[in-house]
Amino acid sequence: MTARMSNWIDIAALEDIAPRGARVVKTVLGCVAVFRTATDEVFAIDNTCPHKKGPLAEGIVHGNSVTCPLHNWVISLETGLVQGPDEGSVATFPTRVEGGRILLDATTLRARAAA
Amino acid sequence: MKQKLVVIGAGMASGRVLEHLLDADPDAYEITLFNAEARGNYNRIMLSPVLSGEKTYADIVTHGDDWYAANGVTCRFGEHITAIDRAAKTVTGQNGTVAYDKLLVATGSAPFIIPVQGKDLPGVITYRDLDDTNAMIEAAAKGGKAVVIGGGLLGLEAAAGLAERGMDVTVLHLMGHLMERQLDESAGFLLRRDLQNKGVKVICRASTAAILGETRVEAVLLEDKTVLEADLVVMAVGIRPETRLANDAGLTVARGIEVNAQMQTSDPDIYAVGECVEFNKCLFGLVAPLYDQAKVVAHSLLGQEDAFVVKELATKLKVTGCDLFSAGDFAEGEGREDIVFRDPARGVYRRLVIEDGAVIGAVMYGDTTDSNWFFGLIKDKTEIAEMRDTLIFGPAYQGGTPLDPLAAVAALPRDAEICGCNGICKGQIVDAIAAGSTDLGAIRAVTKASASCGSCTGLVEQVLAVTMGDSFVLPTSQPMCKCTDMTHEDVRRMIKSQELKSMPAVWQACNWSTPDGCHSCRPALNFYLLADWPLDYADDPQSRFINERKHANIQKDGTFSVVPRMWGGITTPAELRAIADAAEKYMVPTVKVTGGQRSDLLGVKGEDLPAIWADLNAAGMVSGHAYSKGLRTVKTCVGTDHCRFGTQDSTGLGIKLEKTLWGSWTPHKLKLAVSGCPRNCAEATCKDIGVVCVDSGYQISIGGAAGMDVRETELLLQVATEEEAIAVIKAVTQLYRETAKYLDRIYKWMGKVGLDWITEQVSDLETRTALVDRFELSQSIYRTDPWAEHIAKKAESYQPLADLTLEAAE
Repeated sequence: MTARMSNWIDIAALEDIAPRGARVVKTVLGCVAVFRTATDEVFAIDNTCPHKKGPLAEGIVHGNSVTCPLHNWVISLETGLVQGPDEGSVATFPTRVEGGRILLDATTLRARAAA
Repeated sequence: MKQKLVVIGAGMASGRVLEHLLDADPDAYEITLFNAEARGNYNRIMLSPVLSGEKTYADIVTHGDDWYAANGVTCRFGEHITAIDRAAKTVTGQNGTVAYDKLLVATGSAPFIIPVQGKDLPGVITYRDLDDTNAMIEAAAKGGKAVVIGGGLLGLEAAAGLAERGMDVTVLHLMGHLMERQLDESAGFLLRRDLQNKGVKVICRASTAAILGETRVEAVLLEDKTVLEADLVVMAVGIRPETRLANDAGLTVARGIEVNAQMQTSDPDIYAVGECVEFNKCLFGLVAPLYDQAKVVAHSLLGQEDAFVVKELATKLKVTGCDLFSAGDFAEGEGREDIVFRDPARGVYRRLVIEDGAVIGAVMYGDTTDSNWFFGLIKDKTEIAEMRDTLIFGPAYQGGTPLDPLAAVAALPRDAEICGCNGICKGQIVDAIAAGSTDLGAIRAVTKASASCGSCTGLVEQVLAVTMGDSFVLPTSQPMCKCTDMTHEDVRRMIKSQELKSMPAVWQACNWSTPDGCHSCRPALNFYLLADWPLDYADDPQSRFINERKHANIQKDGTFSVVPRMWGGITTPAELRAIADAAEKYMVPTVKVTGGQRSDLLGVKGEDLPAIWADLNAAGMVSGHAYSKGLRTVKTCVGTDHCRFGTQDSTGLGIKLEKTLWGSWTPHKLKLAVSGCPRNCAEATCKDIGVVCVDSGYQISIGGAAGMDVRETELLLQVATEEEAIAVIKAVTQLYRETAKYLDRIYKWMGKVGLDWITEQVSDLETRTALVDRFELSQSIYRTDPWAEHIAKKAESYQPLADLTLEAAE
């Protein structure tokens, strides 16, 4: 793998995700969930809940957190850390929003794919 | 140089000694703590909630590893003591010898094992510590039959816990009634009845002859030759002081290890504390005197004067959710009189034993609110002649007008005991409040009041309330969630009275502490808003749980299930063919018939949902809302169409009901059924709303359930015509939508507002019509197929945002 340079790729329009919603991006090693908060911040984290592998993109988004649809674990979109009494974390990925488009860093996604 | 203190046994009594000792002088002793159990001090009283699953071991730990580390206590847990050498002043454990200057024996008690054949078979256990509790939890997971030998506190707690976990439980008790040392016969009877209502069988005067089994326990044989099958036997016939070590060391031992008032044994360098001790011919099993002893031990170890005294004891217990209390001497006898009060409907029993014009004993069952006052009368030998007529009703009825409970607490003297476990009086709590502890948590931390068994929590809160006046708000009902202090009821009242028509308006007006709520309040608010303002508020999919957002039930692997509607359970060959085709086309792994008379396609991928729906739509089928807090199904029997017993067209009514109610959102799921005659083949009497057809019309009943709770419906109204039946059902549905708390099924709502009130509302024609009109107004928005709408408007959102698998593979 070459030096770690950012390599932003255009994924979709911001409008393609509902506010307080999420959609997934498929990678070879599973899905990354891309979230849009009420304040139009965009976060990307691993779609798999560390508890029982619940699909986080299907959860309810509140503040900068998401609640897993299977057993209500709450996960910070910023840090990937499980909140409250439960413990664990999921991987997070850098994102940018430019001109109404959502960009993900292909280098980190590929690193994930190669990992 | 520090002296060496060795402690044998890390139970609640020695734990309390260490707390006092370390509080008073952390540098006095270098402490080594042995425990045969492989763990430190935990709240043994709370093993019952662990058994029933309400709490976990972590919740009941008193001293964790970090506590021992912080206090420099050397822990040797899981290690048995082999010898005490009093001449050399050493204690030898399995892993080596330690020297002591002072030794504290706190070996507690051992369960009494009745010496019958089969007592050592696998599957026979006692109930004493966490390992026993875990063994029971494990056994209960396999189900089957359990026999508990012993109808005292421990046995009943074990029985209730095992029943809670699904075992078929029988309690065997040697005596004529349960808990004979704490309760008289009447109270014992009420306890037995309450237990039997919980599914626990009780056999009194049952003497165990043998435990039968080849390789493990199979049955219990009684003296009268009765054989009871058993997969598990719990022996809880009693405990005896654990004195073997003390005996071997040559200490003076009677029933327990004999101690003087300073808790010293016959060897002045050896102290003993807790259930292993005998003092003045008394043994001790309740936690309050053990804590008193602990204080004395700590003082003695520090060379301070103190003496243990045996206090008059009251027993206030909660056995498997039943409140009971006893104090003093309540045996019958010459010159003794009884005052008895019974309220059979509430299951309340009170008995006072009077001798020489004073109360000498009291037994209470079902309602123990006044127990402190009665205990005070016994302790102080209060002359009761003047209040004798109303004595049994408690302090509220003494001296004219009834007092409210807070006034009763206000009237308690400073030395009235509030927390029996920790011996905390009202005065100590009042002083703690004055020193700045102004909530329950702070009072617990500072005084330990209500920190052990917790049954005095309400009383402590009342002391807070009377001491602090208006600045303390008694926690009445739970707030909606951590985002707000308001209850569901408060919030809903605000939504209506302030005409709040959007979620941000509610957050603002009700002072939400989070920017946009949480997964718990948002679905509730979304329901309240759409039910109260159907035309003004637009449903917010992002505030819905995934099942309602995607109109399918999420499964544990992230796939979904799809259930098309079959109106009234009626289908056609064409529909069945379309379902079969869809199942094959989308490679549905499981096709299952549901209890609501339709079929479930399980294991559909999220991305395939719009396509499979489109195929089902094309065959004329719509969403069955099997995922919704809303109308699910209307189950029917074949009624007059085919059945020789049918009295009305139950299938036809079921279809009409489903066609008018479908798509409506309700506080919780709503299941209906219509049976064509009282034989009730559609099982209408365990549904939220059930109709049973009779010759003269339609019996509409509500409030059934067949889930975690099983309940039979209660009759709401009988009407003569089908039109009336439909109107009444729409009206009651709307009333439920307007006044129930989110996630309350109809039976819970009914329990809160009362069936009479509901009947009154829907019987009044004007009110009924208005309710029906409001229901129809809401249905003008919601009586549509969400599948068709999603296919048309948001099919794209079911697909991945992007697919990088090809790109990454390059």
